[in-house]
Amino acid sequence: MRKKLFAVSKLLLPFIAIAISVLLYYSIEDNGKQKKTAHPYYLYLLAVIGIVILIEIIAGLFVKSIKKRILHKAPFLTGVIVFLMFLNYVTTKTTMLPTLYFPSLDRIVGLLVESRVFLLKNVRDSLGLLATGFIWGAVVGFLTGLALGYFKIVGYWLNPITKIIGPIPTTAWIPLALSTFPTTHGANVFLIAFAVWFPVTLMTSSGIQSISNVNFEVSRTLGASTLYQIIHVAIPAAMPSIFLGVFYGTVSSFATLMAVEMNGNASGIGWYINWQKSVMLYDGVYAGLIIIAVICSLTLTILFKVRDRVLTWQKGVIKW
Amino acid sequence: MVGEITIKDVYKKFPNTDPTKEDIVALNGFSLDIRPGSFVSLIGPSGCGKSTLLRIIGGLDKATSGELYIDGKEIRKPGSDRGFAFQGSNLFPWLTVEKNIAFGLKARHIFKEQKDAVQEYIKMVGLQGFEKSYPHQLSGGMQQRTSLARALVGHPDVLLLDEPLGALDAFTRMNLQDEIINIWKKHNMTMLMVTHDVDEAIYMSDQVVVMSARPSKVEAIINIDLPRPRARAQDTFQEYRTKILNVLNLGGKVDEVEYYL
Repeated sequence: MRKKLFAVSKLLLPFIAIAISVLLYYSIEDNGKQKKTAHPYYLYLLAVIGIVILIEIIAGLFVKSIKKRILHKAPFLTGVIVFLMFLNYVTTKTTMLPTLYFPSLDRIVGLLVESRVFLLKNVRDSLGLLATGFIWGAVVGFLTGLALGYFKIVGYWLNPITKIIGPIPTTAWIPLALSTFPTTHGANVFLIAFAVWFPVTLMTSSGIQSISNVNFEVSRTLGASTLYQIIHVAIPAAMPSIFLGVFYGTVSSFATLMAVEMNGNASGIGWYINWQKSVMLYDGVYAGLIIIAVICSLTLTILFKVRDRVLTWQKGVIKW
Repeated sequence: MVGEITIKDVYKKFPNTDPTKEDIVALNGFSLDIRPGSFVSLIGPSGCGKSTLLRIIGGLDKATSGELYIDGKEIRKPGSDRGFAFQGSNLFPWLTVEKNIAFGLKARHIFKEQKDAVQEYIKMVGLQGFEKSYPHQLSGGMQQRTSLARALVGHPDVLLLDEPLGALDAFTRMNLQDEIINIWKKHNMTMLMVTHDVDEAIYMSDQVVVMSARPSKVEAIINIDLPRPRARAQDTFQEYRTKILNVLNLGGKVDEVEYYL
C-alpha cells in the first residue's frame, strides 16, 4: 500500500512541476525586454511534455516495461521541467542575463515551430551531406583497413602514407578541398568522408592484425580458402574494433559537418546557426543547436543499436 | 581401412630468434608409421617437437625435408582427410555452437548436402539444447566438445589432437577421454594425439610414442596391450607408467621432466 502511494506521488511530481511553471508564467510580470511571440510556446512545450507523460502512464497500466520506465524517469522529467521553469524565469522575468544572447523559451520553441519548413529543409541538406560523406568514408575506410590489415605487402606500401595523411585534422583540408573540387558539395562530401575514413581504416586494420593466428589456422584445417577466411574469420573477428572505428568516425564527421557548413556552404544546420549568429538572432542559434543535438544523439543511438545487433556475442565496449 | 600415416625422415628447422645463433632443429630425421584405425599418443618433454610434428601432418607447417603421406598421398596443405583439434577449444566466438560446427562444411561448400551431419554431431557430443549458444556461454568442457564436433563433422580419416584436454579440470577431462574413445571406435578413424599426461596416453592409446628432447626422434614405441574398456585403477597401468617414465629418464634429463607432475 505504501509502495503504491509512493509510486503514485512519484508520477504526480512532473504534473505538480508543470502546474507551478504555469502559475509562475502568469503570476509574475515579464521584464518586457524579450520580443513577444504570437503564442505562449513555452506553455505548449510543457503541455506536450505533460501529455507524453500521461500517455506513458496510461500505457504503463497495461504494459509492465513502460510502467517501469516511466516510474524510473518521472523524477528526471520533473527535474527537466524545473530546469525549464528556472530558465524561463531568469530570461523573461528578470534582467539578470542580456536578452540578446539569452532569448526566452517562447522565442526558441516558437522559432522551431514557425520556421519548421525552412529548418527541415536545412536538416535534410545536412543529413544528405552527412550520409553521403559517411558512406563513402566508411566503405573506403573499411576496404583500405582490410587490405592494410590482411595483406602484408599492402601494409608495407600504404601504412606510412596513412600514418602521415590520416592524422591531419580534416578542417586543415578545407581550403585545399574547396579550391580543387569542382563543386562545394563535392568538397564537403570529400571532407566528411575523410574524417570517417581514417579512424575506420585504422581500427579495421589494427582489429584484423590483432586477431589471434590460431583462428586462421583453425579455419585452414577446416578447408577455408583465403577469400572465405577474410569474409568469415577476419571481418567478424575484427568487428568490435571496426565498430569502434565507425564510432570515432561518426563523432568526427559531426565536427567536420559543422566546419564545412560554416565555411562557404549555403545550406544546412551549421550554415543556419552561423547565419543566425551573424544577424544577431540568437533564438535561431539555440534552435539550431537543439536540432544538432537531436541529430547527433539519434545517429549514435542508431549506431549502437546496430552494434548490439551485430555483436550479440560481445557486448559493452562503449556504453551509450 | 583408411587413415594410414607414413612419416619418413622428417627434418624441421626453425630460424633462431637470435640470427647470430644456429637454427633450432625441432625434428631430426623423424620416422614413424601409424596403422590405419589406431589410436596413437605422442609424449615427450616440453619443446621436443610433438606439436610441430602434428602441425606438419595437419599441413599447417612445412617440413624442411622428408616425406609425409596419408594413405600414400603426400601431405602439402590441410585437407578434408584430416581433422585438427587444437589445444584449448579455439571456437569462433562470433558463431553459435551450431555454426561453429558447420563452419568446415560451409567452407568446403558441402553444407547443403550434409546439413544433417551438424545435428548428428551436436547430438553425439551431447550438446542438444545449446545449438544457439555462443561459446562464452558454455563451460570449458562444452567448448571442447563443440571443438571436437567441429573437427569431426567433415568425416576425416585422421584426427589430430594437440593436447585437446589440457585446459580442463580432472573430471571433465576423464569424461571427454571416454567420449573421444567412443567416437574413435564408432568412426574407425586414426587418432594421433599429443599429450603431456602419461596416464592419459596409457588410458587412451594403442601405442604410445615416446619422443626424446630436441632435436627429437622416436625414443620408444610402447604398445598398450590392455583390453578395452579400460579401468583407470588397473594395476597394469603402473607397469606401463614405469616403462614410459624409464624411457624418458634414460634420456638422462630427470630434472627436466615435468609431464607427470
